[in-house]
Amino acid sequence: MSASVLYDAPGPKAVVRNRVYAVVGSLVLLALIALAIVRLADKGHLDYAMWDIFNYSGIRQNIADAVLATLKAFGLAAVGSLVLGVVLAVARLSDHKPVRWAATAFIELFRSIPLLITIYAVWIGFLTDYSMWALALGLSIYNGCVQAEVLRAGINAVPRGQREAAYALGLSKTQVMASVLMPQAVRAMLPTIISQLVVTLKDTSLGFIILYPELLQTARLIASNTQVKGEYPYVSTIVVIGSIYVAMCLLLSALATWIEKRGRRAKTGIAMGTAVAPITADGSASGLAVTGLDGPDGASTTTN
Amino acid sequence: MNVLLDHFAEFRDGFIGTVEITAVSSVIALVLGLLLAGFRVSPVPPLRFFGTAWVTLLRNTPLTLLFLVFFFVVPEILFPGMSPFLLGSLALGFYTASFVCEAVRSGISTVPLGQAEAARSLGMSFTQTLRMIVLPQATRTVIPPLSSIFIALTKNSAIAGAFSVTELFGWQKLLSDQGYDIVPVFLWVAFGYLIITFAMSGLFRLLERRMEVAR
Repeated sequence: MSASVLYDAPGPKAVVRNRVYAVVGSLVLLALIALAIVRLADKGHLDYAMWDIFNYSGIRQNIADAVLATLKAFGLAAVGSLVLGVVLAVARLSDHKPVRWAATAFIELFRSIPLLITIYAVWIGFLTDYSMWALALGLSIYNGCVQAEVLRAGINAVPRGQREAAYALGLSKTQVMASVLMPQAVRAMLPTIISQLVVTLKDTSLGFIILYPELLQTARLIASNTQVKGEYPYVSTIVVIGSIYVAMCLLLSALATWIEKRGRRAKTGIAMGTAVAPITADGSASGLAVTGLDGPDGASTTTN
Repeated sequence: MNVLLDHFAEFRDGFIGTVEITAVSSVIALVLGLLLAGFRVSPVPPLRFFGTAWVTLLRNTPLTLLFLVFFFVVPEILFPGMSPFLLGSLALGFYTASFVCEAVRSGISTVPLGQAEAARSLGMSFTQTLRMIVLPQATRTVIPPLSSIFIALTKNSAIAGAFSVTELFGWQKLLSDQGYDIVPVFLWVAFGYLIITFAMSGLFRLLERRMEVAR
């Protein structure tokens, strides 16, 4: 067994005890799963007919459209949030006080309001007929603020000498930011930025509240409009749609991890952040783990 | 201002609802998250696997989907007729538990190896080492990330409002359905959340300061 803080390689007695725990633990877990399956089967949720609905081409088409709609909103929000993130990060580091204050106020305000509330307000207030743009705009505002903080942390992590050397060469402020600081910050923060994009992807599901026909909204429509033997196929729909979401998010997280590993191999001045960073729950990164920059294994987390 | 004065009772109910659901689901998340972290560092493979599976699955599921699961699937398996408040708190708690688990786990790995080795050489068991030596020391490093996790939880509780739990988002929706101007309503709701999140980060900063020990 690998070395751990908590236990040595087990001796003969511990091996036996661990096996007992393993058996008991798996039995309990299996019993819980079995209970769930039996109960669901009793209610008829595991009938063939409940799952057969996904063989209809209409429903398949619905799901395909919904995936496309989700990806569309995600794409817009990703681009929007990154652009806004760069602008806000630069503004927050500006030498002009009013610019700095305005950016800080904007970031602090929209980061502490639930994303759902922002999206809803944008939708009701300005874009009632364009739910996709309302969703994308809401997501961009919130995630832009988070990305701005990520980038700012990255820029601050660039060794001072870099900036000083650039100024010494006679580069202007804009040049220093654009060609020295930003590229290094983006490179260091790429895993964190992508992890935040995973959060953005998950948050597109808030579109169902403003009736944007994305994946979750479609799931609700399918489940509540199709009746199989007098029952609504909520369980099967949720399982199918849930797997699609998990698959999409895992793919994106895998990308973040891959980039992080690749970045570790390269020998440059600043460390890569870890891919797990945003502790955000769904709409919600409030603290950014800028780990790898100042501590081992995700423990040191800067809370802004 | 008029919006608030005209509908102060609803605003107050919404505010209290947000505080309530945040409090209940925080407790669920904390207890469950600690348990899961224990699973993930334990020497028993099935439990470790379960912990990992839980974290991977729940961190990659949109919270909104989890709410659907809790409102439409869980009542079929367990007791039907649970209140929306309870279901919402459970969904939030289960979701946040995976984040708490990861924070605690990374906190555990910052405790110097020698500490646990010393504990073991004194003859302490796994649970004793975890409970008396490692967790108390891990607590200190875990508090800052926990603070942001719980602030995130507060904000996520807005989703519960879309599932007919009384809280601040419900107030916003109600008033904008009645045709009030969205901007002041939005600002008042924002104000409500700011109170809660500021109180929370203040509390955590206090905790952090109290637990501060020179190392």
